[in-house]
Amino acid sequence: MNALDVLVCVKRVPDSTSELVLTEDGQGVDGRFAGFTMSQHEQCAVEIAVQVAAATGGAASVLTLGDGDAVEQLRAALAVGCTAATHVVADSQQLGPADVAREIAAVVRAHEADGRPHDLVLLGHDAADTGDFQVGIRLAYELGRPVVNGVTVVSVEDGVLTASGDGPDGHETYRVPLPAVVTVLEGGVEPRYPTVPGRMKAKKVPVEERGLAGTPAGAARVRWSLPPAAPSDVQVLGKGPEAAPAVVDLLEQLGVLAR
Amino acid sequence: MAEVPATADVVVIGAGIVGNSLVHHLTRLGWRNVVQIDKGPLPNPGGSTGHASNFIFTVDHSREITDLTLDSVRQYQEMGVFTQSGGFEIARTPERMEELRRRMSSARAWGIEAELVSPEFVKDKVPFIETDQFIGAFWTPGVGVVDSLRAGTIMRERALATGELTVVPTVEVVGLDTEEGPHGRRRITRVRTTGGDIETGTVVIAAGVWSPKLGDMAGISIPLTPAVHQMISVGPCPQLAEKEGEISFPIVRDMDTFCYERQHGADMEVGSYAHRAILHEPEDIPSIDQAKLSPTELPFTSDDFDPQLEQAYELMPELLGAEGAEMRYAINGLLSLTCDGNPILGESEVAGLWTAAAVWIKEGPGVGRAVAEWMTEGHSEIDLHHSDIARFHQHQKRREHTRLRTTESFIKTYGIIHPGEQYESDRDQRLSPMHASQQKLGAVFFETAGWERPFWYESNAGLLEQYGDAVMPREHEWDSRWWSPIINAEHLRMREAAAVIDLSAFCIFDITGPGALDTVQRTCVAQCDVAVGKVVYTPVLDAKGGFRSDLTVMRLGEDHFRVVTGGAHGMADRAWFAGHLPDDEATTLTDLTDDVSTIGIWGPRARDILASLTSDDVSDAGFGFLTCREVDVRGTTVLASRISYVGELGWELYVPMESAADLWEALLEAGAPHGAVPAGIGVYGTTGRIEKGYRAYGAELDSERTIVEAGMQRPKVKVADFVGKEAYLAQREAAPAAVLCTLTVDDHTSASGMKRYMLGGEPILTADGRTLTDGHGHHPYVTSAGSAPSLGKHVLLAYLPPEEAVLGNQLAVSYMEELYPVTVGSVDATPLLDPDNERIR
Repeated sequence: MNALDVLVCVKRVPDSTSELVLTEDGQGVDGRFAGFTMSQHEQCAVEIAVQVAAATGGAASVLTLGDGDAVEQLRAALAVGCTAATHVVADSQQLGPADVAREIAAVVRAHEADGRPHDLVLLGHDAADTGDFQVGIRLAYELGRPVVNGVTVVSVEDGVLTASGDGPDGHETYRVPLPAVVTVLEGGVEPRYPTVPGRMKAKKVPVEERGLAGTPAGAARVRWSLPPAAPSDVQVLGKGPEAAPAVVDLLEQLGVLAR
Repeated sequence: MAEVPATADVVVIGAGIVGNSLVHHLTRLGWRNVVQIDKGPLPNPGGSTGHASNFIFTVDHSREITDLTLDSVRQYQEMGVFTQSGGFEIARTPERMEELRRRMSSARAWGIEAELVSPEFVKDKVPFIETDQFIGAFWTPGVGVVDSLRAGTIMRERALATGELTVVPTVEVVGLDTEEGPHGRRRITRVRTTGGDIETGTVVIAAGVWSPKLGDMAGISIPLTPAVHQMISVGPCPQLAEKEGEISFPIVRDMDTFCYERQHGADMEVGSYAHRAILHEPEDIPSIDQAKLSPTELPFTSDDFDPQLEQAYELMPELLGAEGAEMRYAINGLLSLTCDGNPILGESEVAGLWTAAAVWIKEGPGVGRAVAEWMTEGHSEIDLHHSDIARFHQHQKRREHTRLRTTESFIKTYGIIHPGEQYESDRDQRLSPMHASQQKLGAVFFETAGWERPFWYESNAGLLEQYGDAVMPREHEWDSRWWSPIINAEHLRMREAAAVIDLSAFCIFDITGPGALDTVQRTCVAQCDVAVGKVVYTPVLDAKGGFRSDLTVMRLGEDHFRVVTGGAHGMADRAWFAGHLPDDEATTLTDLTDDVSTIGIWGPRARDILASLTSDDVSDAGFGFLTCREVDVRGTTVLASRISYVGELGWELYVPMESAADLWEALLEAGAPHGAVPAGIGVYGTTGRIEKGYRAYGAELDSERTIVEAGMQRPKVKVADFVGKEAYLAQREAAPAAVLCTLTVDDHTSASGMKRYMLGGEPILTADGRTLTDGHGHHPYVTSAGSAPSLGKHVLLAYLPPEEAVLGNQLAVSYMEELYPVTVGSVDATPLLDPDNERIR
């Protein structure tokens, strides 16, 4: 099997698992309390990139577009198995999805010109902060490659990519030729944590820095606003040991407990 | 869920290790109608307790912290939540090895089992450690880990079982109401919460990193800062996973990289104090909803941790690099730091509003017990004066001060701190009027209570040649760090001629009005109902007969007393006297510290010098010892007090701040022909004092010591009642359990041939190195150490078992793990120098 070169694209976003706090100007999310991360989808994309690269004897690289702090997310991907990193230095708030797709495409073409073509480009299904759902498709269009959206499992055999995930009408499986673009939804793989040697190695990988290839059209965003807080609906399941069956029922209902 | 009650005898804010311990001990001591609230849920409301690494190393250089820790360990053990693991502090450098030898001194002094061991010894117990990374270790078998959340629950449940506690979680304090009481002192009246108001006369803020915010609500400063301590958890490590239980291997503190490695089940936790100080404001801590994990588990900043990761990996590569071992948890955990590293405990300037904050897991239950005792009885078994919230001076109450000092000290969490070490940040807060002159004289300034005090003057360096070896030079860098032989030269010149000493750091306050006499009589042991113009040196006791302070009182009028006390403890003394004022508004306490400067002049020529500046009578007949009066010195009215802490003829001169610089210059100028020099606090606080065996509060004297043990009892006890009288009378009838002695070092030669000089804190042992134990079960240690240049000896003070307190008794002091012979030179307050006090007259 041919060694595959995989590029995975990640974005530094505020962690959104807790209550969201907006910045004062309404132009972004304040990540001071919760910290910054890449989205769950992208963490799974990184995991898939590393697995696919390992399975084919290839290599996974990571790309981000963002300010200086975004290097933290590159290092996080390097710590779990990516071996090269590209940083397009820009204020991601000033770019719309079309801009981002064009910039990624520019990097892919540049790498190809340098003799390092990316056979597979993986992205998260959508960014955790902007949620545009566009970059993957626009990138594929820019590059003239096939694209599969919103899959959870990806494998490559004999130059053919198999990607599958749950669609509105059931489980969907796609087979597409390489090179291709795939956007990943969380749930199919368990992203690994970094190891100590992995983290130490990541620190030493040189990061390729690039400027913007084009003039951004912009995000055309006026401001963010938070939805009204969802009313909290407290239901007392019972008290003491008598509450146990109700708790078990609830856990089953939520799917976290299999009977 | 419980409702917020409308009234309470006491409200404890906080359900971390401290709050839980407090409600347990308060109910145990008989408090009723106790309410505990926390804004978070139980059992982990989201404070620092919830993410603590929960291990306890017992040996600290501070006796107070060690005692609180040992008491906490006993309580954790009794609750069944303590697992003994043993612990190593490893040394990568010879300097650290020396520090570990000093740690052995503390271990011996506090009676804690410990041993210096080889890397191979460590490897035997921690097989995955690389022995080529370090040269030795300090082994404490009694180190262990606790389940602090479980302990909190147990203590809360014990309190609930008394029927006197109501616990209300998820209720946030929104206000603390106070009202004006006598002497303008406010008192707490109400806690306002999101669940309703509670009328109460007693509140304890035990809210950890949030405490300053709550303090602000009542207008008091609780000067701590939330600071980040980074921690990661790596696992599963097969070497750990195969062992049963939470911990099977000793904890390793890698002292020189400021890191620790602590097993937690299949994971190895690596914690760091090596990163830059990352401080937060209490207002910027996220709410429970905003926080990803908990409010005190902030997002990990990996860049800060990376260097430590490499060092930890070097130490334990097979474990931390094991197949499958991942960094699965990493936090910037918040904990509380203070400007001096000590907790903040006790009653604030608002009556009834108590604090118990900036406490680590290792001290939590001990602090809970001690503060509960203090609230109940007015004193605690363990002396807490280093932690008293009353200790803070105005400049220390600023957030800026805490921020600057903790930024400086964070990196020293595992550092090697010399006992004389000075802070660099936020200095020059309080300058005496003589400061400019002192700078010209090459003064080397040390800080006390914000005051910059000359410890010696480089301008006196020329005296070194004159006195030669009599200045007792020290060869070893550690012994001579933060020290100079010039101190001893200044001392010899004082004994020979005279010295002028700046004492501006004194805390001075006047008590005036119809209740003034009654106030000083009730607070002081010595008879204060003396003639106007008399000076009284007196102990001040707590109700159990332990020292609160020792200070001087001058009677300046029938209804006018002036109290003069040391700067370091002055704020607590002022609070103590203020707390004993009668309720009548006619009797008042006025702080004069910033209005009055003090200059001392002592030595055989002191009278000649003062006489040359005044036409008033300063002869012995006209101005007797222990009297005070106003004299005119070159046109300035100065209150002169004939007293001495250095054992020489002379005066303390109290002068208005604006005239102090002129007086200083006049004394130096008039003194020069007599051979007088300016002398620093090195003479005043150590050499002069120690030759005379004078006791110092905080060294020889604290609330665990008695007048009888300190050898300071007078033949008679005054008739008037005073705090601690009953206990003092009983102490006089009983045989003392320990006796304060003065010892001299007979031979300073170490094994290497270099002469070594003890600095204080070292254990006193039998001549052949066996442990001594006094009637309290304590082991003797050096409370003060210093040169006695006029005796040509290095002198130590220590409380010895009574049977060892025999003149001429030969014992040994252990210094850096070597024994040096010492001889008991005094078994009471009798000074080694001039025992009949002829020089003072």
